[in-house]
Amino acid sequence: MPNPVVQAEGLHKSYPSGRGKPPVRALDGLGFDVEPGTVYGLLGPNGAGKSTTVKILSTLSRANSGRAIVAGADVASQPDVVRRRIGLVSQRPSSDPMATGRENLMLTARIQGLSKPDASARTGVLLDRLGIAEAADRLVKTWSGGMARKLDVAIGLVHRPQVLFLDEPTTGLDPEARAEMWAEIARMAGDDAMTVLLTTHYLDEADRLADRLAIIDHGKLAVEGTPDELKNQLHGDVVHVELGAPDETWAAVERMRTMDELTDVVADGAAIRARTRTGARVVPQLFSALETIGVTVVSATVARPSLDDVYLRHAGRRYETAEAVA
Amino acid sequence: MTTLISHSTYLTGRSLRAFARQPVFVLITLIQPMFWLLLFGKLFESVVRIPGFHAGGSFMDYLAPGVVMMTALFSAMWAGTVYIDDMNRGVMDRLLASPVRRGAMVNGTLAYQSTTSIIQTAVVLLVALAAGGRFHGGAVGVLITLVAAILLTVICAALSNAIALMARQQEALIGISQFLSLPATFLSSAVMDPSLAPHWIQVVARYNPLDWAVVASRETLLGSPDWGAVWPRLVALTVLAVVMAGVATRTFRAYQRSL
Repeated sequence: MPNPVVQAEGLHKSYPSGRGKPPVRALDGLGFDVEPGTVYGLLGPNGAGKSTTVKILSTLSRANSGRAIVAGADVASQPDVVRRRIGLVSQRPSSDPMATGRENLMLTARIQGLSKPDASARTGVLLDRLGIAEAADRLVKTWSGGMARKLDVAIGLVHRPQVLFLDEPTTGLDPEARAEMWAEIARMAGDDAMTVLLTTHYLDEADRLADRLAIIDHGKLAVEGTPDELKNQLHGDVVHVELGAPDETWAAVERMRTMDELTDVVADGAAIRARTRTGARVVPQLFSALETIGVTVVSATVARPSLDDVYLRHAGRRYETAEAVA
Repeated sequence: MTTLISHSTYLTGRSLRAFARQPVFVLITLIQPMFWLLLFGKLFESVVRIPGFHAGGSFMDYLAPGVVMMTALFSAMWAGTVYIDDMNRGVMDRLLASPVRRGAMVNGTLAYQSTTSIIQTAVVLLVALAAGGRFHGGAVGVLITLVAAILLTVICAALSNAIALMARQQEALIGISQFLSLPATFLSSAVMDPSLAPHWIQVVARYNPLDWAVVASRETLLGSPDWGAVWPRLVALTVLAVVMAGVATRTFRAYQRSL
């Protein structure tokens, strides 16, 4: 097995939250390894610690404790070595609006040490590849959000980094721009020389793009694996039951927990989730079981587990609930 | 060292291009010092007739170095707004995660501010000449005036950058800058001979970098300078400029600790 290109170990980071208040703990012992040439997803609700992780790994911020090696160098003791080997696409647009797209790329290329002809050639290639060559000589402030985001990615790629950090690359993009960004990330995934570390709070994005992913919750690693591994760990399908009245939930949950066909019965308002190995055959049994105790079932569905179910299993709450709280 | 210079050049170029692309801002940059010179020139014209006012010439002669330095200070105190714009977008993150030297990020803004300061100084001197000012100091006077204006610009722009990195908020930076700018102007010999002011103002003026720059410029512009008054002030301005540029560079560490 090749050496991991990103190794994070026991990262802790807290931020002061004002006078007399305890510090906010953003990372609480987070650790993971990323193999070269893969797309690694950090998935978690807003506030889980994803951006803090990217800031530490990209040398912007320092961990209070723990260790991280990125592209062969320690982020704390050799930040300048790391900076030459990584590209960062941060959450906010990172292009200068008062410069043209080409000038933005040239600036980063020159800072990264490319000669003027190399910088200019590389800039041309990236502008073409990302489909923004037509706008290249207009000021970025006149560009659409989707185009500016592509420029951010181009800026991250200009010096052929070993590791590219993409922090929430599609947040705020319209569906079309989002689809294009996905295609671009998928293309980068084919580039064996580069590793992509992607953070997202979109389950579908992580599912689709990441070779492996880590689900982060409250600054800790909740679970880690390929999307399929994570879903397969759940053994069987997910049963989703919706009741007519929320006050019947507990009676229904208790009844369902006695059924051999069901495991991991969890209530969430007027909805109940459980897992089953028997597939759709469990549905009629479920209806009759709940009918006998006088509970009205509005609907019952059986589906392959999703990352949402993985999240529920490991974080103890549904993903959307965690997002809404954050 | 070569990396520092080339990085500084790239970032200065970035700022100058952005400046040239804002015609309204360029226009204000050129008109404002003209406006101050002519406004103050009329408003305070009669102060030279106060007994004991050491003008050494017409009030326009006396005022021009004051307006040059006041303009340099007011412009440079805004320097940090660029950092805050960069922080609000991801430009600051992008630069800090790249191998760019922190010193070059400071130098870039200082070189850019110095360039606008040279242009503004030229505008003030030309308008003063057109309005009847006479500078017997000639080329030496103009040169020392430019040097003093650049040093003052570096001091104030570095201070503004440091405040920007600490405050990280446009409103806070502008508030602090404005709080400092007017007192710095009036607690000096920029528009008024401090020997006519209360004693404490004379004391404060002696430690005011703006006053150092005004005195160095005025002495040399008006001709037959007292070099004993000019050199110590130029040296003090140079030392302070180097120190402040160093402080601004160091402040990046404080900023990154807060990320």
